[in-house]
Amino acid sequence: MRLVVDLNKCQGYAQCAFLAPDVFAMHGEEALIYDPCPQEEQRERVARAVAACPVRAITADGLHRAGGTQEASDVR
Amino acid sequence: MSADHVERLRREGRIVIVGASLAGLRAAETLRAEGFAGDLTLIGDEPCEPYDRPPLSKSALLGMASPLRTELPRRREIDAKWRLGVAATGLDLAAKRVRLADGDEVEYDRLLIATGVRARPWFNEEEARLDGVCVLRTRQDAADLARRLKAGPRRVFVIGAGFAGSEVASACRETGLPVSMAERAAAPLVGALGGVVGAVAADLATEHGVDLRTHVTVTALEGDTVGRVRAVHLSDESVVEADVVVVSLGSLRNTEWLAGSGLGAGPRGIACDAGCRAFDFRGIVTDDVFVAGDVARSPHALFGYQFLSLEHWGNAVAQAETAAHNMICDGADRRPHLWMPAFWSSMFGVNIKSVGVPPMGEQLMITQGSLAERRFVGVYGHQGRIVAAVTFDNARWLEFYQRQIERGAPFPVEFSTPDRRPEGRQPVPAGFPDPSLPTHGPMVTLTGYSPADQQLVFHPARH
Repeated sequence: MRLVVDLNKCQGYAQCAFLAPDVFAMHGEEALIYDPCPQEEQRERVARAVAACPVRAITADGLHRAGGTQEASDVR
Repeated sequence: MSADHVERLRREGRIVIVGASLAGLRAAETLRAEGFAGDLTLIGDEPCEPYDRPPLSKSALLGMASPLRTELPRRREIDAKWRLGVAATGLDLAAKRVRLADGDEVEYDRLLIATGVRARPWFNEEEARLDGVCVLRTRQDAADLARRLKAGPRRVFVIGAGFAGSEVASACRETGLPVSMAERAAAPLVGALGGVVGAVAADLATEHGVDLRTHVTVTALEGDTVGRVRAVHLSDESVVEADVVVVSLGSLRNTEWLAGSGLGAGPRGIACDAGCRAFDFRGIVTDDVFVAGDVARSPHALFGYQFLSLEHWGNAVAQAETAAHNMICDGADRRPHLWMPAFWSSMFGVNIKSVGVPPMGEQLMITQGSLAERRFVGVYGHQGRIVAAVTFDNARWLEFYQRQIERGAPFPVEFSTPDRRPEGRQPVPAGFPDPSLPTHGPMVTLTGYSPADQQLVFHPARH
């Protein structure tokens, strides 16, 4: 599972930090820091965070178990 | 070009992307998303798949992320041939071939150049080789620096107080390490945001315990008998003992491999039109070579058609998407790259964001909040209109100011704003350094003059 946050879009709503606190954290009042490669057991929480972001700033792959082939099968 | 030709290109053409980072990856995804079914090859000099850089100077140094695990998520399958760990070394425009470091050659029908920038190394090669002297650009750089910081050095010395340098200093303080930071200008961030905002950044750094030294340059790095760095010598004749030195003096554009190719490429990047098509050295636009990301510089209608060269994350994404679209389209279907410049940084717990082109502004108004509270909106003006805005912990207002820039709203700011203080009722000089003096690490390089200007004033690059 990999993710990236478009911090131009991010408005510091902190929904992600609330839903997946081991992956996303507020740094000061409105800056966000995050782990771009969260542990597998965070999958459900990350999926909820992606869905809850009011400005759709989070892109993640490998979120759906069935769609695991999405992960870089073409990388040599 | 005939519609048949474009149709065949989309169906069975060969597209090569040089540069396997953010711009290269997003371009590849866009090509597939828009129906390109031909051969796609990505060439990258690093041995790894595309990864994200912003976390390298923030969460990676704070121990929240592994610097070696910041690979970018994929938006879709791209079914590409990857040539990783091998640099492109030359381009034959006439034969439409890219030469690789391993002697191989790759033919293309369309080429996208997204080779980005690299860290500017310490100027003295012998001193740069001392153990403990680091730069921060690649993930390997970040892994090395994170390991050194974790080992608990007695003091870290950061050369250059731009965004990257300031973020490193911030991470050091947050993890309890003593850190010194030297800057040639009067304050951090002066090249990107001017002296007024830079003074706030200086106070922030100082209050968080950074030993900030301004108006100085580093003259020498001193090593011990086994080749480890031990001290930094400054132009004011002071000497600071440090066992990690982070050289944060901006970047160099990766264009050397294009020397002699006939492309309009040089130290300032590769000039291209608003549709991302590269110019050759005669100033004639090519039709099969495209450019995107940090290495590109293209004219922007909102900013007097100056050629903007932007080292911004969002620009890499947006320009890659536009370039990819235009690569597989005919004339009238092509789009201009007119992205609104925008960047972010965070340091010492403060969220810094900006839209527009601050260094273009001669004047500044603090239209909301106050400098003293480190929570404000600053608006930059150029020739009677708004050209940029910056926020410290006030990012939600940026979209409003972006619209003001887009519509060329007048400056000084006439509309009323919430939380306007007396200090924000009159513009003040923004305090950018004389552009003829060298500074490091511009986030934005202005490299032309506006045809709309009544008097033609040449703006030299802020290198």
